[in-house]
Amino acid sequence: MYGKVFTGALFAGFAAGLIAAALQLYFVQPVLLHAELYEGGDLIHFGSESTVPAHQDVGGIDLMRDGLSVLFTVLVYTGYAFIMVGAMALASERGHSVDARRGILWGLGGFVAVHFAPAFSLPPELPGVAAADVVARQIWWFGTVAASAIAVALIAFGRNWAAWGAAVVLLLAPHVIGAPQPEVFTGPVPPELGGEFAGRALGVGLAAWVTLGCFAGFFWQRETQGAPQPA
Amino acid sequence: MNATATQTSQTASGSAIGAFIAALLIGGAIIFVTGHVQAETLHDAAHDVRHATGFPCH
Repeated sequence: MYGKVFTGALFAGFAAGLIAAALQLYFVQPVLLHAELYEGGDLIHFGSESTVPAHQDVGGIDLMRDGLSVLFTVLVYTGYAFIMVGAMALASERGHSVDARRGILWGLGGFVAVHFAPAFSLPPELPGVAAADVVARQIWWFGTVAASAIAVALIAFGRNWAAWGAAVVLLLAPHVIGAPQPEVFTGPVPPELGGEFAGRALGVGLAAWVTLGCFAGFFWQRETQGAPQPA
Repeated sequence: MNATATQTSQTASGSAIGAFIAALLIGGAIIFVTGHVQAETLHDAAHDVRHATGFPCH
């Protein structure tokens, strides 16, 4: 069981991580590099008259920097894959079928819990934007992801209104409590870039999670084929 | 026969929970180290990914 979970997680995480890294480098990284021109002071947005062109040359591939990004993206999605395939093992032991097609639903659930729920109150942020203390935000992030993941599981596998009601409470609570927000807005980066970045980060996150779920379901089914199927 | 089936089912169920907890700990540790530890070298190396993945970074 351990071997099947770990093997499935490594394959699924690596495959989904590579795709996520490619999408991030193409769609998200240029917006981030553009924002860094404002963060570093090369461009100034909130000057007396803003005549800075909206289109900037942000440079091409930086082998060292982008190579590290690929490595860390693969690591992050491998981490997610471990948790997802572990949960798939638990689900299939309890008689739920898991395959690539159902894995897409798992991926959507993971995206909602890990990417979309925290972004609802703490959207993906560009370098240089105003934000509250990082440790406070990290604590809120982990709490929100944990609560939302439990909520998604309750919606998917719960059998009565008590479970679904608890899921609604868990989904709403982090946002009713509220994420740590900055005292003042001082970011030098144009809001248009912030909006584009958040949208792209979420879109790439959705694609990556659906891919991860699909791969995880596929590899889990492959690993367990031939094993006795639970009733 | 029934006893054997029950026995197998209990063992399998136990190992799935164990595997899930192990996977949760390993996966959580990977995500914490790559995405959230603020040590400078790690932060700089993972910087772009942390932003693009929506983790709180700075």
